[in-house]
Amino acid sequence: MTIPGIAAIGAGLAVLGAGVGIGRIGGSALEAIARQPEAAGKIQTVMIIAAALVEGAALFAVVVSLLVAG
Amino acid sequence: MHHTLQNQANFFRLSSLLLGSKRLSLIVCFGFIFFVSPVLASDSHSGQDSSGSESEFNPVTTILHHVLDNHDWHLFDLPGHDGHDHPVSIPLPIILYSEGQFDLFMSSAFEHGHAQVNKGDRVYALDEHGHILDLAGHSVLDFSITKNVASMLVAVLLLLLIFMSGAKSYEGVHGRPVGIAKVVEPLVLFVRDDIAIPNIGHNYKRYMPYLLTAFFFIWINNLLGLIPSGANFTGNISVTATLAVFTLLITNFSGTKTYWGHIFTPHVPLWLYPIMIPVEMVGIVAKPIALMIRLFANITAGHIIILSLVSLIFVFKSLLIAPVSLVFVLFISCIELLVAALQAYVFTLLSALFIGLALEEPHLEAHH
Repeated sequence: MTIPGIAAIGAGLAVLGAGVGIGRIGGSALEAIARQPEAAGKIQTVMIIAAALVEGAALFAVVVSLLVAG
Repeated sequence: MHHTLQNQANFFRLSSLLLGSKRLSLIVCFGFIFFVSPVLASDSHSGQDSSGSESEFNPVTTILHHVLDNHDWHLFDLPGHDGHDHPVSIPLPIILYSEGQFDLFMSSAFEHGHAQVNKGDRVYALDEHGHILDLAGHSVLDFSITKNVASMLVAVLLLLLIFMSGAKSYEGVHGRPVGIAKVVEPLVLFVRDDIAIPNIGHNYKRYMPYLLTAFFFIWINNLLGLIPSGANFTGNISVTATLAVFTLLITNFSGTKTYWGHIFTPHVPLWLYPIMIPVEMVGIVAKPIALMIRLFANITAGHIIILSLVSLIFVFKSLLIAPVSLVFVLFISCIELLVAALQAYVFTLLSALFIGLALEEPHLEAHH
């Protein structure tokens, strides 16, 4: 298998991880807002921060694969 | 709490007004269909062999040409009398520093890489990546107004126009917002009440200028990048690095004794210090680096996805793919409008969060 091929698989795995992570954050936020609709604003802010941090980790991986493949 | 919700509701109502109102989004979407496709269609021909033979279309070169910076602002290609496609682009000034002298000329002098430029005893040419070389082998410092810089200047001009006229409207009439200020005021309040105050605290006023500038600068540049044949400004790593360096400097220059105490005298057993202190010092730099990568990768990825979907038509060489590809482009473009606002929000929010962490006061520690 060529290096770009392996890099593409790596990018895919990174996206898989981020998808699971952000999905869990979103799901938990949904449950929390359903329980306490009045806290929706605060929960949304915390959710976006957590999602951004997960996404940041995944983007590191994607950029590394991009650099390796390129 | 009520205040925050109110403002958030205001922001979403406003953003839906700006981005999601049915009629406007329809206009925007049709604009995309009619404007993107011919531009890209003619562009992809320039990626092909100019000899006219059926050569392989290479989506990677076409996409990279759109995503990377350039010395002229390429708009579209027109078929010429000789049967070849000729690029139509706005020439931009090139400013070079070589051997102690500045050289200034327009990028049209290169004739899209076909010509060399003589300035005194210095001869310049473009290499295949679009970089400028001195043919005598001297090192050249390139201060040119490139496509990205030109796009930034347009954004700065727009920001100045919007905010100067907005601020002016507060003079005189009881401080009521008039005209463009009606649109801008809820956004400014959103940055203040939902980003600055919850994360920074009572000392928020000092940091408002930076947070507001970062928010609006990133947002308007993201939006300008979505316009067909616009520059990929916020998807340029040097740009996001500069923005992240501002956050790094502001965070660390406003760091309190407690903040530095956490880094150099953490509350752990002494034998852990050789591990903890380097880790904390990496943390100082890692946070802005994450900001830099996040903005760069999100915006560049958005551009690459849209261009890849359009490239599908030319990869399959079939008109049947076009409707599928256009629907997907439409869908992703609408998502990118949301991402443009969201990434500006996330960058500002995390900057405020880091500043807030650096402003930590010792009395907070008693609760731990």
